[in-house]
Amino acid sequence: MSKWNVIIDVAECTNCNLCTLATMDEHVGNEWPGYSAPMQKHGHRWINILQKERGTTPYFDAAYVPTMCNHCDDAPCIKVAKDGAIRKREDGIVLIDPVKAKGQKQLVEACPYGHIWWNEELQTPQHWNFDAHLIDSGWGKTRASQVCPTGAFVTLKISDEEMAHKAKAENLEVIKPELNAKPRVYYRNLWRYSTAFVAGTLSHDVGGRIECLEGAKLRLVKDGKTVAEQASDNYGDFKFDRLPENSGSYVLEIEAAGKTKKTVDAHVTESVNLGDIRV
Amino acid sequence: MSFDTLKFSTVLFGLAQALKLSAWQHPSFRERLKERNLVAQVKARDEEIGRWYQISNGRISSRKGLHAKPDVTLSFKTAGDGARLLTPPINWLEQINAQKDFILTVDGEEDLTNWFAQTIMQSQTAGWKFGTPMPGGVMRYCNMTNGGPVFVDVKDDKIIRMMPIDFDDKDPPPWTIKAKGHSFTPPRRTTIAPHGQNTKSIIYAPNRLLKPMKRVDFDPNGARNPQNRGKSGYVEISWDEALSIVSSEIKRMKRDFGPGSIAVSHGSHHTWGNIGYYLSALFRFSNAVGMTRVHHNPDSWEGWYWGAVHHWGHTLRVGQSETYGTVEDCMQNAEMIVFWSADPETTSGSYGAQEGTIRRQWLKDGKLGIKVVHVDPFFNSSAQFLPGKWFAPKPTTSVAMAMAIAQVWIEEGLYDKEYVKTHTVGFDKWADYLTGKEDGVPKTPEWQEKETGVPAKDVRALAREWGRKKVYLAPGGWGNGHGGACRNQTGIQWARVMVCLIAMQGLGKPGINMGNLQWGCPLDFNFYFPGYSDGGMSGDLENTGMPVELYQRMPQLATMNSTFQRIPRIWMPEALADGKAEGWPWVGKSIEHQFAKFAYPAPGHSPVKMLYKYGGSIIGTMNNTNRHVRMYQSEKLEFIVNQSIWHEGESMFADIILPACTNFERVDISEWAGFGGYGHHGQQQLNHRVIIFQAPAIKPLGESKTDYWIFNEISKRLGLANYFSEGMNEIDWVKRHFDASDLPKKISWKEFMKRGYYVVPAEKEKLRTPLSFKWFVENRKKDVPEPHPLPSDYTEEFLKGLQTQSGKLEFECNSLKRFADPERPPIVKYEPSWEGQHSGAMFEKFPLQMLTPHAKYSFHTQGDGKDSFIMNIEDHRAKVGDYYYWIMRMNPEDAAERGIKKHDIVKVFNDRGAVLCAALPTHRLGRGVCHGYESCAVYDPMGEPGKSVDRGGCLNLLTPEKTQTKTTHSLAGANALVQIEKWDGKIEHMSETFARMEPQKKAVEPVAVLEPAK
Repeated sequence: MSKWNVIIDVAECTNCNLCTLATMDEHVGNEWPGYSAPMQKHGHRWINILQKERGTTPYFDAAYVPTMCNHCDDAPCIKVAKDGAIRKREDGIVLIDPVKAKGQKQLVEACPYGHIWWNEELQTPQHWNFDAHLIDSGWGKTRASQVCPTGAFVTLKISDEEMAHKAKAENLEVIKPELNAKPRVYYRNLWRYSTAFVAGTLSHDVGGRIECLEGAKLRLVKDGKTVAEQASDNYGDFKFDRLPENSGSYVLEIEAAGKTKKTVDAHVTESVNLGDIRV
Repeated sequence: MSFDTLKFSTVLFGLAQALKLSAWQHPSFRERLKERNLVAQVKARDEEIGRWYQISNGRISSRKGLHAKPDVTLSFKTAGDGARLLTPPINWLEQINAQKDFILTVDGEEDLTNWFAQTIMQSQTAGWKFGTPMPGGVMRYCNMTNGGPVFVDVKDDKIIRMMPIDFDDKDPPPWTIKAKGHSFTPPRRTTIAPHGQNTKSIIYAPNRLLKPMKRVDFDPNGARNPQNRGKSGYVEISWDEALSIVSSEIKRMKRDFGPGSIAVSHGSHHTWGNIGYYLSALFRFSNAVGMTRVHHNPDSWEGWYWGAVHHWGHTLRVGQSETYGTVEDCMQNAEMIVFWSADPETTSGSYGAQEGTIRRQWLKDGKLGIKVVHVDPFFNSSAQFLPGKWFAPKPTTSVAMAMAIAQVWIEEGLYDKEYVKTHTVGFDKWADYLTGKEDGVPKTPEWQEKETGVPAKDVRALAREWGRKKVYLAPGGWGNGHGGACRNQTGIQWARVMVCLIAMQGLGKPGINMGNLQWGCPLDFNFYFPGYSDGGMSGDLENTGMPVELYQRMPQLATMNSTFQRIPRIWMPEALADGKAEGWPWVGKSIEHQFAKFAYPAPGHSPVKMLYKYGGSIIGTMNNTNRHVRMYQSEKLEFIVNQSIWHEGESMFADIILPACTNFERVDISEWAGFGGYGHHGQQQLNHRVIIFQAPAIKPLGESKTDYWIFNEISKRLGLANYFSEGMNEIDWVKRHFDASDLPKKISWKEFMKRGYYVVPAEKEKLRTPLSFKWFVENRKKDVPEPHPLPSDYTEEFLKGLQTQSGKLEFECNSLKRFADPERPPIVKYEPSWEGQHSGAMFEKFPLQMLTPHAKYSFHTQGDGKDSFIMNIEDHRAKVGDYYYWIMRMNPEDAAERGIKKHDIVKVFNDRGAVLCAALPTHRLGRGVCHGYESCAVYDPMGEPGKSVDRGGCLNLLTPEKTQTKTTHSLAGANALVQIEKWDGKIEHMSETFARMEPQKKAVEPVAVLEPAK
């Protein structure tokens, strides 16, 4: 039995918002009987792009994470829905019935991801329903995946076993796995959003002129253990990435010309820009 | 009876039958026939024979012979002429010639003659079918946004959805580039920009103008109250009243003041479509009426046109170079791309949707081994998408950084000495400046650090890496200029030094060229389809690209403006309110055309008394635009009509408002990113050439009308309708455009209308265009497919060498030796900005350098405001309370110093004005720099315009109008000094423009301020 999944690649999302806009194009002003009531023009973000900026000028990067209804296999919303207002389809899609759900504001609170939206005018809860009306008419994809220019938003229909295997093989993650809601939306390169880096640049004095220090060996050490090693590039730059946020103190050991020249302390809560380190 | 008379009689009889048949078959044509009652005579003057047609209460009757009192007479000189010209298929060249030679003449009241002509044309087209039926009663049409083509799904005269096009089996396969052992092929679909995907919401916007309106206190026969423009509200009036006022004002202007008294002003872009475009229908109309043109500055090209052309020519693309074949060469041979003030992920090139994004994504997995470097004060979207070393010079200073790179190359021998010797002139002069031999100041990395704030060691490291690698230099969003730093105070210097850098490295050698994979795709450029600036139906051979090819392919009545008076756009307020202005022209013909100064008023012309305003974008897009508020309220402007789709921007200053519809409510034809003219072969940005039949998806909303209809109605009242329309309807012009292109060789008209799009097959690999500048490197004749330079502009032999006097890349520009401009010396030198860190007291008072680059989600004013979907994007506007504020990004430490937190409402201000924004602290900017996009659509003064804060986000109220140099008509306002503070809730803010007026202001009776119409 194949079921629908979403795979988001955080490294390829440019924050163009086309997924959000195409979803609005499909749902604002349009009722899809049996599937969804019209989306509110403002205030709803059925596809909501989170963003994370890391570091400071000029050792800086930014990442974007489109989030949406996760179509959880163990969906908390279904448990609190009355009159069968939310159902799990065989193809994995979670569907809020626009008629049965009317007035059930408790559903908004039930979603731990904040992805059930209350339509004030129609007094009904709404979500990104995988454009199920299009899926059922043979579209094979959603408006969001159709419009995404970089393939950062992909919908695919495969068996749960295949999906589990794929997730493991390709290091895909879900958001808040600890909730055990079993989301069907997976993320690649989520570390760009969820982890921290320690970056900076090395320089040295060459005959009275300050130059970038290329090829110095850098070792990031935590509690006496080497976490990672790298060499500075032609700008003297280094960047140790994928460190857990709030992971505390590190020591950076800098070795040039075969000798340890310097050690620098780095304290990681968020990403750290150590700036120019004169060696 | 001769053969000719027999044939003529038969054709006239056939025409009667055709009209009757069409009326029988098509309800729309039956309705059309009910609009007028008339007798129309068609005759041959020589033989005195003919046939007349009576249309009465929707019924057609016809008799052979001559009617005693026809309302309309269509005369051919002879029966033979009549038979020839009326027999299908129509030969337009013969038709035009017959009119020019007075073989075919028309007599009668203009309204009736034009109606009869258009009715005959409509009888032929009434049965044409558009679109493809889809399940569930849905029709699928195609159309074009400024951000890419779309399928438009429609049900019950309502647009349900718009989406980019997925190609099907009938469409051709795409190209493949083989590079470094891998193959790269783009997907078989079109992409779209955010402002394109947003389109449905702006069509149904609440501020759509749906009825003609008149300002409540404007009386064309009494008090006009110009001082109340922007303050008073509007009342709805009928189309007839609106058109009567506009046409009688046009006549009054010409009668009372003479030539020049009417000016026309339009934006730089329009809703898409070659026939309805401003360079088409509007130009035909304004030439027919005779209007003072507002001459545009090259707004996104400034530094390239006024600066770079002197080093390398390329006036065809206004100073930006040829780009053919560069995608393939870059992928195969380059080792690094330097993005310099280049953010294609934000600007999508121009009209390029996300096409370049797909190609740049190929840089990311390391297969191509191409590093990227970003130089921009702002960590832009391209830097986010394509990780690489980020250099963040202070705004306007990166000219110094570039010079330091060149200085290192000289010092360390890291440039192509042989190329410089054989392919350039004047290098020694520039080298003397760089090394300090000329002025004692070596332009070292240490020298630049004081200006730019970029560490000297980093610049030196970049210079070394660059000097040892094959590098593509990518200035601006197109990768060969356009946007970015060319629009600020040092933009001319910047564009010039960019050319000098690539000249030192051997422009045109494998892997060494201009570009960032935005332009230069291997498509078929021999297939002809005109771009929008080729002029459509304008007949304008002077101000569009029409004479190059379209005029021959689509013969039409030429139009020529009898008024040669021009207003330099940057100085429009000074011209109209003070009566004087000087400018330098933007003309792509040669390098020297830019030196021909012009002045307003022109000799013997009337100053402008009436403004025909098309759209309302200028207040959001030009600089220090409180000047425009003053202009609009000037008594010197007796009448202002604004023809717009939305009530936004400057429409609030008009006396009469004419509601136009969008291109989704009318018929048109166009090619994606086909701009023609100064953007010759703009399709190079695309992965596929896509030509669209723009079917009307819905009827015009409310009482809005097509621009064509509006112009034709005014023309009727001026006796110009048959000249304006050539007796045709819009669909007829669309068909003529189709016939003028290479499309009929590939797809039938019927199929094109039904399917809605045609994909031009990608070029065969062996027939791909040669690489740009390769011919130059190899000293061969120019072999890239562009019609420039003009034959007379070559020095040695036709097609050999560049457009410069030497035919080589000129470090020391001969054209600038011939035209002395102290601000543009023959070699490029660094002169700091007059609005920046060296501005003394002004910098102390306004210590933040505000960047106002092109926007990411909207396309200038298009897509912004209008209660659109884009308003929900937090990086576009933020909702605070009940209002959507424009975003002002600032360094977190600068924000903290001012007690400013995320989404606080801040007042961004200087002496020119004050604008409320929502603050967004971000480390994307260094200290002292802030950032908000230019060109919002909303202008929303909280009190009296010019004297209060704007909360619409109109940052161009704050930017300097001063030109980059005195002898150029060059916008410099992409950067301004401002101060930012938390908003204190006060709405008053006296702009310097209005403060200057107050002392001399005459005492006038206070007038009640009326609520502006929303």
